[in-house]
Amino acid sequence: MNPLFSDRMRNRNLLRLAGMILVSLGLLLVSGCSQAQKAHQIIIAGSTSVQPFAEILAEEYMKMHPDISIDIQGGGSSSGIKAALSGTAAIGMSSRDLKGDELSLWSAEIARDGLAIIVHPDNTVNELTSAQVQDIYIKAVDNWAQLGGQDGNIHLFTREEGSGTRDAFVSLAMDNADVTPKAMVQDSNGAVRQLVGDDPGAIGYISLGLVNEQVKPVVLDGVAASHANIINGSYKLSRPFLFVSNGDPVGIAKDFIDFVLSEEGRQILTREGLVTRDAEVQS
Amino acid sequence: MKRLLDRLPGFIFLLIALSALSALALIIVFIFYEGIPIIAKVGLGQFTLGMSWAPGKGEFGILPMIIGTVSVTLGAAVLGVPVAILTSIFLTEFAPAAVSRIVRPAIQLLAGIPSVVYGFWGLTFIVPYIRLWIGGPGLSVLAGSVILAIMILPTVISITEVSLLALPRTYKEGSLAIGATQWQTVWSVQLPAAKSGIMAAVILGIGRAVGETMAVIMVLGNAVALPESLLDPARTLTTNIGIEMGYASGDHQQALFATGIVLLVIVMSLNSIAQATLKRSQR
Repeated sequence: MNPLFSDRMRNRNLLRLAGMILVSLGLLLVSGCSQAQKAHQIIIAGSTSVQPFAEILAEEYMKMHPDISIDIQGGGSSSGIKAALSGTAAIGMSSRDLKGDELSLWSAEIARDGLAIIVHPDNTVNELTSAQVQDIYIKAVDNWAQLGGQDGNIHLFTREEGSGTRDAFVSLAMDNADVTPKAMVQDSNGAVRQLVGDDPGAIGYISLGLVNEQVKPVVLDGVAASHANIINGSYKLSRPFLFVSNGDPVGIAKDFIDFVLSEEGRQILTREGLVTRDAEVQS
Repeated sequence: MKRLLDRLPGFIFLLIALSALSALALIIVFIFYEGIPIIAKVGLGQFTLGMSWAPGKGEFGILPMIIGTVSVTLGAAVLGVPVAILTSIFLTEFAPAAVSRIVRPAIQLLAGIPSVVYGFWGLTFIVPYIRLWIGGPGLSVLAGSVILAIMILPTVISITEVSLLALPRTYKEGSLAIGATQWQTVWSVQLPAAKSGIMAAVILGIGRAVGETMAVIMVLGNAVALPESLLDPARTLTTNIGIEMGYASGDHQQALFATGIVLLVIVMSLNSIAQATLKRSQR
């Protein structure tokens, strides 16, 4: 009998294979569990609009402080404020002003976010009023000729349900009126910018910091979408990004907020497309 | 002892096979666990036949997306199936060996292109041409249908080919012997004989089209309104999940899982119908 093909031999090979699989499964398990518990951890929760920026800031911060872990969760402004009130989160993130009871919280404006309404660079319409923007987005107006432009259908772009940018647009520009369901939906600022830049009949809205030469931001109610006009408060489509906490922040939370409000933190936020100024701290 | 050693490998492999099955079970249980509560809350009729999808306002009607899925898929079938069937006839009956040696692997290569590449190609190539030559915003049911038609080709072609090749040679020989031309033989003898196999191929192709997500998100426009023409944007069940999962929470998230349940039911029924027709064709 050829020993190479003996049953014993085959079994041994099979066993070896099975053993290897088991060992690798075991290794996977072990590596999954062995993520060491970090000594210092805080939770930040709230607005999904602020979340991506907070994540970038936390990443930078954790690079400098490897022993600290910052856990950032979404949930929306209201739940973030609640989490800060109840102490579930050390810091709450809000993308709207505080109101009522919430005003008792400590808060710091880390930056302002501006929205730009954008059209194709070849579009002859340069300026719109708030009322016109609302008419466009409820589809009361559907041709550029009705707005002083060239004849052609208006192709509407909006963001997906749940997006912070969409929430901001609906509350700041639409006075909470619903965007027409006929509007085309994209799931990122970049996609909206790309598609508006490709289509001479398109209109959309994106974060001001992400406007580039592919698209043209329109002048709204006679006010240009600019850094200066957001700081001086004359441009309508802008909202605050707040960090809130129950009482003055202490420990890691304080250190992290100090970092965010420092020159370095502000540079990061500006680089990512937000508008910053010397932060106002109120208690 | 030797006996035990003999049976051990079989046992281990059984365990591994079961782990694949349990992954399926886990997924199904999880989707139902997450999705059923919202269906119970909204009502199955209101969920599947509701016309309005506005999670922010608690409206969860997915009929526009069911219709979106059906229209994009039908469009893909109308465009893709004739091409696929004629291609398989060409490959099995008419193509010289040298030609089919190139065509066959080339078609299988279509199956290997990642769907995001299809989507990107559709967005930069098909969408602008639809906008320029036919009208509308370009992102449309038509664009989705064209992309899906190409994506289902490999599935439909290979299964149709297999069922044509599985026919007894005597059918063809008998038909040719009584004086039918090659085309008459294909059209009146072979195609009818392979009918159920071809049906199964088409249904599997449709199943593939129903489940496709990434490519469709990019070219469909994703509007939640009911499409009124081929040039209108639309949203399918898959893209509803894909585009909104980012920030969804609570009821909204459950509604996306519920969308998954509807999708799962559709795809599983399509697959069982295909299996049943295939079985009938083999008898």
